[in-house]
Amino acid sequence: MFIGTTLYALINTSILALMAIGFNLTFGISGVANFAYGAIYILAAYCIWGMINLLQLPYLLAVAIAVLGNMVLGALIYRFVLLRIRGQALSEVIATFGIGLAILELFSYFGWVGFEYTLPVFSDRSFIIAGTYIDFQRIAIAGFAAVLIFGLWIFTHHTSVGLAFRGIAQDERTALTFGIDSDRIGALSVSIGAGLAALAALFIIPLGSISPGEGYDVLIKALAVCIIGGLGSTGGVVLASFIVGFAERFTDTYIGSHWTMIVSLAAILIVLTVKPSGLLGKQKELEERI
Amino acid sequence: MKKRKERIDRGIKARSSDIFALLSWREMLYLSAPRMLPIIGCLTLPLILGPYWQKVLLSVAVFALLAISWDILAQTGMVSLGQALFFGVGAYCAGVMNHYFGLSPFITLPVASVLGGLICTLLLLPVLRLRGIYFSMVTLIIPLMMVRVIEATKVFGGTEGLSGMTPLPSIWIELYLVIAVLLAALFGFRRMMDSDYGLILKGISDNDRSVINAGINIYQFKAQALFIAGSIGSFCGAFMTHVYMFVGMPVFALDYSILPIAAAVVGGPGTLAGAALGAFLLVPMSEALRGLGGLRIVLYGVFLVIFIIALPEGIFHYMQRKYQQFERWVEVEK
Repeated sequence: MFIGTTLYALINTSILALMAIGFNLTFGISGVANFAYGAIYILAAYCIWGMINLLQLPYLLAVAIAVLGNMVLGALIYRFVLLRIRGQALSEVIATFGIGLAILELFSYFGWVGFEYTLPVFSDRSFIIAGTYIDFQRIAIAGFAAVLIFGLWIFTHHTSVGLAFRGIAQDERTALTFGIDSDRIGALSVSIGAGLAALAALFIIPLGSISPGEGYDVLIKALAVCIIGGLGSTGGVVLASFIVGFAERFTDTYIGSHWTMIVSLAAILIVLTVKPSGLLGKQKELEERI
Repeated sequence: MKKRKERIDRGIKARSSDIFALLSWREMLYLSAPRMLPIIGCLTLPLILGPYWQKVLLSVAVFALLAISWDILAQTGMVSLGQALFFGVGAYCAGVMNHYFGLSPFITLPVASVLGGLICTLLLLPVLRLRGIYFSMVTLIIPLMMVRVIEATKVFGGTEGLSGMTPLPSIWIELYLVIAVLLAALFGFRRMMDSDYGLILKGISDNDRSVINAGINIYQFKAQALFIAGSIGSFCGAFMTHVYMFVGMPVFALDYSILPIAAAVVGGPGTLAGAALGAFLLVPMSEALRGLGGLRIVLYGVFLVIFIIALPEGIFHYMQRKYQQFERWVEVEK
């Protein structure tokens, strides 16, 4: 049971990292708040579901349209909402949260909830590893999360666009003097974050079903991973995913499933109270508290 | 006969901007009308409305109080995304006192307000040092966690909640009690925010470091502001517990966090009156749109976005400006 729990905790870690990576890119690395993230995740899932089941489009085409559509949506949110309130952190949070609220509540109004609302798994195969049954989808998630985390690290440390993302979070005015167009980079960051949300939905949704309530959970989990790990730190995302992922799985097995959400919420609270910029965060340490 | 336009407020302001030297009944009316209107309105509305809209007025007043509580915190530089915490703590305080000890509502209401304010202050005391968005995130998470804790520990009735509370004696006592509290809070706290004490609170949100430089212990003031806001929120929760005769997990629902913020943003933050005005616009509107069901929350979301982008000052500031620019035709003196 211990080995099985550990394996599933590892997979839970990858799921959390995958969920959080888009949010981390937008909010953590370039400092643009996109609290509509959970809603965008659910929106992408419903789009793919609709295109496959209602319009009978081929799977890959539906996925491509959903990911590109999400990226355009992200850019539009930046252009028409965030651009006007840039720099007022709380207005950004409230406005984007309002967008997310509107999208999620619209879906719950339609009442599209149930087991038929899910996405197809990549393959039906499954494996027995160390006496534990694991299906192919979960292994794909673990692999994809690892690739994405590595890609994110390369992107933010060794490409000019990625460095610009970090630049506008550290000091927007200084970034401007280096020829970084902060509005273009901000739009790009929200847009890529939204695209990653669509990819995460594509991988994670087949494990369960699509429901609007999931959108709030995704936002909280992404927020938890970002806050605990530290804003702007790729290593922090990995560390925080491990902490929350293992804590959740082990409380689930040994204490009770009621306590899983409490553990991650308590982890956020403790980290926010003790070290608001996160375990590995270095940005804005002077602004977090007085 | 030649005429010209004259701003009404100029003459009053020219004499003095803060000590009013009023020269005529008309000037007195100009100054007192905006203050008398809500008082007279609130006192007469319960007499005109039918039983259904009286219940709506109850929730309008409760959300107006929650919005005022949000605004006091926001003016002190602590933007809360979880008014539901205050509401829920007050509701459970009153519920437990009434259910387990059988105390009457007239004892539970004041005790729950003070006790709820104290509990909220103690809960948030460790994060008092956090600034801006970090404080907001803590307040967003605590109510979510409260729900799960009650669900997991099954304390105070767990998912079932506690029912069978003693209601207040009659609808008239309910209505006039909550309206009296609303008016007292609105005008009392507006005056408080204009006093030296309020100036310190506003100073903390403008520049906390220079307030520290002035030799003022800002944590003490922040804790006091939290206690004030927490008490108002707890009163709302305790009051609604006795109105619904039930307390349960829904008291920590997102509605109680979102609607007060929406009301304050729509009405205009930073004046308390704006927050109350926002509640008086939004809650009846949402009642009128009850047929839309879940779409109402969609509308709140859309309203939040539109007002934050298009009219960030809010309706109250806009109206105030227009009222002060009010002009009349006067004869040109020869």
